[in-house]
Amino acid sequence: MQSPEEQKSSHPNPFISALHSSINTILVPVLAVLTAMIVGGLVIASVGGNPFAAYIGLFQGAFGSTKALSETAIWATPYIFAGLAVALAFKGGLFNIGAEGQLALGAVASAWFGYALPDVLGINIPPIIHLPLSIVSGMLAGLLWAAIPGALKAFTGGHEVINTIMMNYIALNLTSFLLNGPMKDPNPLNVIARTPEIAESARFSPIFPGLRVHWGFILALLVAVIVWWLLWKTTVGFEIRTVGANPDAAKYAGINVKRTIILTMALSGLLAGLAGAIEVTGLNYRHELGFSVGYGFDSIAIALLGKSHPLGVVLAAILFAAMKNGGTRMQFLTQIPVDVISVIQALILLFVAADAIVRYIYRIRARGERVVLTRGWGG
Amino acid sequence: MDWKRFGFIAIIIIILFGVVVIIGGGQVKPLVIITSMAATTIMVATPLTLGALSGTFCERSGVVNIGIEGMMLGSAFFGWLAAIYMNSIFSFPAMPSLLIGVLAAILTGGLFALLLAVLSVSFKVDQIIGGTVINILAVGISGFMNRQLFFEKGSIFKGQVPHAPGVLPTIHIPLTNLLSPLCETNTACMDVIAAINKIFDQRPIALSAIVLVFVSHFVLFNTRWGLRTRSVGEHPRAADTVGINVAFMRYANVIIGGFMAGLAGAYFTIESVPSFEPLLTNGRGFISLAAMIFGNWTPFGAWAASLVFGAAQALQINLQFFREYIPPQWAFLQQSYIVGLAPYILTMLILAGIVGRTIPPAEDGKPYEK
Repeated sequence: MQSPEEQKSSHPNPFISALHSSINTILVPVLAVLTAMIVGGLVIASVGGNPFAAYIGLFQGAFGSTKALSETAIWATPYIFAGLAVALAFKGGLFNIGAEGQLALGAVASAWFGYALPDVLGINIPPIIHLPLSIVSGMLAGLLWAAIPGALKAFTGGHEVINTIMMNYIALNLTSFLLNGPMKDPNPLNVIARTPEIAESARFSPIFPGLRVHWGFILALLVAVIVWWLLWKTTVGFEIRTVGANPDAAKYAGINVKRTIILTMALSGLLAGLAGAIEVTGLNYRHELGFSVGYGFDSIAIALLGKSHPLGVVLAAILFAAMKNGGTRMQFLTQIPVDVISVIQALILLFVAADAIVRYIYRIRARGERVVLTRGWGG
Repeated sequence: MDWKRFGFIAIIIIILFGVVVIIGGGQVKPLVIITSMAATTIMVATPLTLGALSGTFCERSGVVNIGIEGMMLGSAFFGWLAAIYMNSIFSFPAMPSLLIGVLAAILTGGLFALLLAVLSVSFKVDQIIGGTVINILAVGISGFMNRQLFFEKGSIFKGQVPHAPGVLPTIHIPLTNLLSPLCETNTACMDVIAAINKIFDQRPIALSAIVLVFVSHFVLFNTRWGLRTRSVGEHPRAADTVGINVAFMRYANVIIGGFMAGLAGAYFTIESVPSFEPLLTNGRGFISLAAMIFGNWTPFGAWAASLVFGAAQALQINLQFFREYIPPQWAFLQQSYIVGLAPYILTMLILAGIVGRTIPPAEDGKPYEK
């Protein structure tokens, strides 16, 4: 599956050689973002806007004040978790398009543990127990939801791309049912599909008084380190990466491929579920229908842009968060609709995924590993 | 496509129809219910059939097309936009506007397909990622343009959705007149013919989808073009050796597939309802891929599988009429969220191979390196 044009760095000095290869790794995503911004600028100009004013507004809105920084960090938090989820699956050779559904169910589970558990048990649970419990329930919900397509892939060969998408729709129907029925906020003033507010004891506290950014952001950075450690410093991580790179070789090396596939999907779902749980416990204090829409595709773009590396994912997540957050300011200043952001993001994805285009435009030679996902439908 | 598969399809459809007949049978004659179910099934199966045919053409030539969903969404938007543009800006009459809309939708599908072909054939990008790019791009572009054109004061439509030119009309095929002599004086026979006629009183895209199933089968299995298409999907090197242009065949078939996905898109906004909303395709592109797989990459198989999904959706629609008559032990059928799960669960069961494995084209999804 390796491309013939793939080459090893040729410089005799190993340090410079390593430097070359890391520059090469970063270069393509950076140029992809740049190219997408240029094309996006043309789109803005074509609808009569000033691209420079728009991008200045975007930057101000994202990084211009402490409040802006705090809001960008809030946006980045679920993106980091969900991006890590997709990246981890990529490393295992699996394409998890189901982050959206896993996130939604994680949020539902976490919300239920947050608002209903004290009533069910009839006691006030101390925060030191209630908050972790609420988060873990979200992780488990995501894990189970992703393990199903994982198991289907391992045992029947059913392709995870279609199965995770189907699981997304099932999750959407299920949450619609729950949030309109058994879990609906009983407040007589409430007309929308949402859960009641979770108890104080299940909430993250803000890091700085007066700003909304909460400890979930720090947790996200921590989890990124843990994922890096898991993938590159543990046996499990080695197995995941080996199965991802070459399942046949993994099999002959004595790795249980089926188990590894299920485990990879489960861990991926766990991270996506965590994204939902953190949004509930850290920011919204409840789950609302429609909140999760769009995270699935965004997280794919983030994982691809971050080259499936935890550090790359964190940076890509912050970039996407900055765009989401700064978009409102841009719209306020220049009257260009926020939706242009989604066009730019799609373009980023296009240029990152089709790195051949970027390499072609900027005449960069291909090097390093390639993500290979298409193995036909048989598994 | 083997008999086991067709048998499975028949059983599922009979079960789905049977549920409605049992529930509504006390109120309405079974023949009427079956007619209504069958007509709805064919109607809602239309985008699935077209999507599955689209996938069949792409994958028979060796390109996995996971971007059908995006192609449908994008062409649903641009087809609708073209129709509205013609009707309200250039004051075209409704009918020509709609036809131009259908054409625009087909072309949009073709353009998206061209992008997929460039990515997967020329740049040899991972095809699943290439398709995902199309899906995301379609969501972004249609969402942005929809907002920009219809909800921005400065736009050509003055910030409001203009009056749509309606939808394509139903075509009545006079089957009753043609077939009634066969029945002589038998009234039961006449009823059945009238019912069949009613089932096929469909709109143009639904009817053309059925025609395209037959055409696609003929093209793929009885023409030189079809043989070449299948050969580049099964063994591109051998095809290349005997002088078939692999890249050209893949480009051409992916674009043909794009046209079909475009027609499927037109179904949503020009034939089904005269409006567009973001994300309206709702996973139908992915379900049609499952139909393609279940149909073993054959047009008839794809059609049959699409009808199963259509029937599952028809169950949901037709149950609405009989809501009060659902027996208490079947109360879960009252929850449309629960009944709505049927097509998705069915897709997963089918992919899991509950009726045997299917065999994809040998080189499906693999770029050809000369």
